[in-house]
Amino acid sequence: MKTAVLLIPLLPLASFIITGLFGKRYFKEKSHYLSVAAVAVSWLLSVYLIVQVERGEELHWQVYSWIAAGSFKVEIGFLVDQLTAIMLLVVSTVGFMVHVYSIGYMKGDGGYYRFFAYLNLFMFSMFMLVLGNNFLMLYVFWEAVGLCSYLLISFWYTKQSAANAGTKAFLVNRVGDFGFGLGIMLIFVTVGTLSYSGVFSSLGSIGTGTMTAICLLLFMGAMGKSAQFPLHVWLPDAMEGPTPVSSLIHAATMVNAGVYMVARSSPIFSHSPNAMFVVALVGAFTAIFAASIGLVQNDIKKVLAYSTVSQLGYMFVALGVGAWTAGMFHLVAHGFFKGLLFLGSGSVIHAMGGEQDMRKMGGLKNKTKITYWTFVIGALAISGFPGLAGFFSKDSVLAGAFHKGFWYFWLVGLVAAFMTAFYMFRLIFMTFHGKPRDEKAFAHAHESPRSMTIPLIVLAVPSAIIGLLLGLPPESGHIDHFLEPVFEAVMGEPVHFGLLDAGLMTLSALIGIGGILLAWLFYVKRPDLPAKAGARAGFLYRAALNKYWIDEFYFAVFINPVRALGRGLWRWVDVGIIDGFANGSARFFNGVGMALKPSQSGKAQVYLFSMFLGFLALLVAYLILTI
Amino acid sequence: MYDFQEQIGFPILTVLTFLPAVAGLVMLLMRGKPKAYKGVALAATAANFILSLVLIAYFDRYTADMQFIEKVPWISSLGVSYHMSVDGISVLLIMLTALLSLIIIPASWNYIKEREMQFFVAFLFLETGLIGVFCARDLLLFYVFWEIMLIPMYFIIGIWGGPRRIYAAVKFFLFTFAGSLLMLIAIVAIAYLARANPYATPVFDMDLLEKSIFSYQVQMLAFLAFFIAFAVKVPMWPLHTWLPDAHVEAPTAGSVILAGVMLKVGGYGMLRLCIPLFPDAVVTLAPWILVLSLIAIIYGALVSLVQKDLKKLVAYSSVSHMGFVTAGIFALNLVGIEGGIMVMFSHGLLTGALFLMVGFLYERLHTREIADMGGLAGPFPVMAGVLLFFTLASLGLPGLSGFVGEFLSLVGLFTYSKPLGAIASIGVILAAAYLLWMFQRVMFTKLRDEKWYKLPDLSLREIVSLAPLAILAVWAGVYPNTFLQLIQPSAARLTEKMAPYMAEGGSAVERIFASLGGLF
Repeated sequence: MKTAVLLIPLLPLASFIITGLFGKRYFKEKSHYLSVAAVAVSWLLSVYLIVQVERGEELHWQVYSWIAAGSFKVEIGFLVDQLTAIMLLVVSTVGFMVHVYSIGYMKGDGGYYRFFAYLNLFMFSMFMLVLGNNFLMLYVFWEAVGLCSYLLISFWYTKQSAANAGTKAFLVNRVGDFGFGLGIMLIFVTVGTLSYSGVFSSLGSIGTGTMTAICLLLFMGAMGKSAQFPLHVWLPDAMEGPTPVSSLIHAATMVNAGVYMVARSSPIFSHSPNAMFVVALVGAFTAIFAASIGLVQNDIKKVLAYSTVSQLGYMFVALGVGAWTAGMFHLVAHGFFKGLLFLGSGSVIHAMGGEQDMRKMGGLKNKTKITYWTFVIGALAISGFPGLAGFFSKDSVLAGAFHKGFWYFWLVGLVAAFMTAFYMFRLIFMTFHGKPRDEKAFAHAHESPRSMTIPLIVLAVPSAIIGLLLGLPPESGHIDHFLEPVFEAVMGEPVHFGLLDAGLMTLSALIGIGGILLAWLFYVKRPDLPAKAGARAGFLYRAALNKYWIDEFYFAVFINPVRALGRGLWRWVDVGIIDGFANGSARFFNGVGMALKPSQSGKAQVYLFSMFLGFLALLVAYLILTI
Repeated sequence: MYDFQEQIGFPILTVLTFLPAVAGLVMLLMRGKPKAYKGVALAATAANFILSLVLIAYFDRYTADMQFIEKVPWISSLGVSYHMSVDGISVLLIMLTALLSLIIIPASWNYIKEREMQFFVAFLFLETGLIGVFCARDLLLFYVFWEIMLIPMYFIIGIWGGPRRIYAAVKFFLFTFAGSLLMLIAIVAIAYLARANPYATPVFDMDLLEKSIFSYQVQMLAFLAFFIAFAVKVPMWPLHTWLPDAHVEAPTAGSVILAGVMLKVGGYGMLRLCIPLFPDAVVTLAPWILVLSLIAIIYGALVSLVQKDLKKLVAYSSVSHMGFVTAGIFALNLVGIEGGIMVMFSHGLLTGALFLMVGFLYERLHTREIADMGGLAGPFPVMAGVLLFFTLASLGLPGLSGFVGEFLSLVGLFTYSKPLGAIASIGVILAAAYLLWMFQRVMFTKLRDEKWYKLPDLSLREIVSLAPLAILAVWAGVYPNTFLQLIQPSAARLTEKMAPYMAEGGSAVERIFASLGGLF
């Protein structure tokens, strides 16, 4: 097991180094061989690992002492339990498929080798993130995945928008990490260790206030990485990156890191009901807020991006209300179907020759059959269509909120579910149905190569059936039992599926189908309706279309003032006051020197006279002082 | 007693210190053979670097005692001796000095057109001054090396600098010299005050001075005098304004040594003299110094954000980074002090590398204005990758050297006071902002001039000069214990020294008010 645990991250790392160093000169268009192979092996090993864990094995392994400075001691070490195993499986499966998909998608790109090298670096970092056994390692690889995200968002760096988006992603995440870092310091100052087991075993000694502070600071990091309001602004812009990246990093894996962090820290969070409530509140608000923006976006990837933000909000609702396994279940299911949806959108973009505006698409259904049908599966799954993955996972989130007494979160979730179904099928109808709106692009449209369609098919399978496999019976399915050891201490009473649950389930299924039907009405049956509705909604419509002007707000309130402050400090304080003082004092001494210059005239009688005056002055002073 | 005879058999510290100067003198004798004298410079700095590694190899890292001691009477009537010895902190900084001095020789191989030999000689003398400062165990000797270090740098800026070199050189000289004068007065004062009786010789030996106890007033005055001298070097806000000018005008190699080693002399002085000699004053003034450090961190970062000149940007970033050094040191706990030293080491590597990169860019484009650049990743992919590496290391990306020091010094500060720690952490956000924004404007977006495709990417010579810095940056990030072990005993000795003086409890704000009372 140790070998497997070591190889899972190290293979992609080795491939990153080799491809990065030699890809440009030697591998060129064959750069993917090594990196796909490395991730494939990692995937196999992850499957092996989850089987081992299923059998009841666990691994706690200190590899080496990383930092030892006085009392501050942190190890590089691995922890493999059910939570880690399930994260590894999602990461490696989607990762493997995205690697295969990229062979076709990135073909002919000037930075082909660079792309695969970065992807490998990401796989390494993400594996290490979920394998680590202490908070500092979590932080370290948290930043490392952020770096990969930065590199891949600004992959096409000659585009101003891509360069901006990369920097923005890194900076917004740094704001979150500011809190995360302080949280880690607070943990260390409070309990004197950073290893998960050490921290969790000494929680009894921590006061409630400190506990809440720790949780909220950690959660600030999660809000950055998992794009929760108000730190969500980077994720939609991150769509500047190549679509496989959006699928892997910005939908299925990295953005889940925040959810993983909160789930991993469940023993701490469960000690602070206030912090838990904040988590759920932020999640619920983000879920509905992002969904409302998703309703009106016209860029196919932006719709999916806001959908991701919204779905991550769901997961936080689940964690916040204490439905821990439900949150993780939704993470797994969402990883698969959102990964699929993004890859599908990539296939559409590929077919349309790079076009991302849905207003120029339409009628692609028959030209891209595989893409269409797999996309429909993904869309049905996320809309909560009965039987598919999202149906079970979303239902367990909603039921969790309801059972724990947070009916208002349940209600918000239900409304967001309706919106989700609507915007997903709005996307499908605008893209695949109706008449082509751009004849020229449509004429060239074609199904993607097999390296791209096979991953779509592969990911469509879990999107369809994983709910049935893991989620039955609802709320005490296989996944709940599998994850029970992790959340044992923090889980409430087990829920028994009853008539009420059946009712709730039916309701959420109907809501999803209702959203789909409304989208059908708007975009197939009566295509004149959207414009009318938009006009009727007026301000609200414009607000959602402009993402509630949050970017503009940040520029006006933070970014521009900070720059102005910098300029002010530089011009006024540095150059004005400090240098002014320094130069002024130089001038002063210069002036004094100049003033005294005549006294050094070399004329003996002047010297004699001044000596006499000086002697007189001393004499007078002496007399005054002694009398 | 760790005598050099027992430890290694030859006076290694003297050799390390004076080998470069001797090589410089030899060069002065070989007029007009560029290849030969550059060869001598390279050989001398290389030999010195190897010697510094030998020093580390023979260094006993399990003790805080001074090692490789050499002690010869010098001016007996004044109690001055030629006393050299090192601890872990000096050893680390000596290695850094030797490494950077070695690197700048090939890096400026073809850079200087006029008075080339004198240029290299100046650097060799500079190395002697710097290493001497790290070795001296006698206050007067320390002062001598301190001044030796000042003069070559003055000439390097003033002769081989940019258009405003005279202004920059004079400013550099005045700021540092004002500090030095204060220090000299304080040195003489405490040397006389430390005498056992009015007829004894003055005490310049640091071993003895550390055992003397000075009255509170003397401590405060002497501490301030030393501290201002060191704070100018660090440089701490508001004594930093000489730095941007000096960097902008200095030739690349000058900037590398200036930022890489010379700023560390300030932090080193605080560790070597301020804390051990004046513990009462340290306790009283620490909160104030921390506030100044925080101002430096935030202020330096904000000003760096809006710089238009690449070199100025890196220079102001040094102000911000060095704020973490003083913040860590004056948190007065082990984690913080070790963090501060690690920041010094890491900043030496990274800022040295960044200045080299700016120099390499300048040699190609003949500009340092950020607005003139853009899209350079196209013609210079290797350079873009290397610059990104050092940028990320500098903004504290975990796994590279910048993170370890910064994080430890923040933990130290946070242990001292949570609000101060939180404020300092803002610097981490800002560092990412100014560095990534810089990188984006230089390397990303559209290429401004297609002609640049004709220019060469990093040459082998340039890669070779950057590679050791990159390797050490990874090493110190992935396995920092190599370096932490080296400094731990010495850092621990400082905290042990401080322990009896540390007042218990109280928030930072309370401590500041308490120290206000102490001032009067």
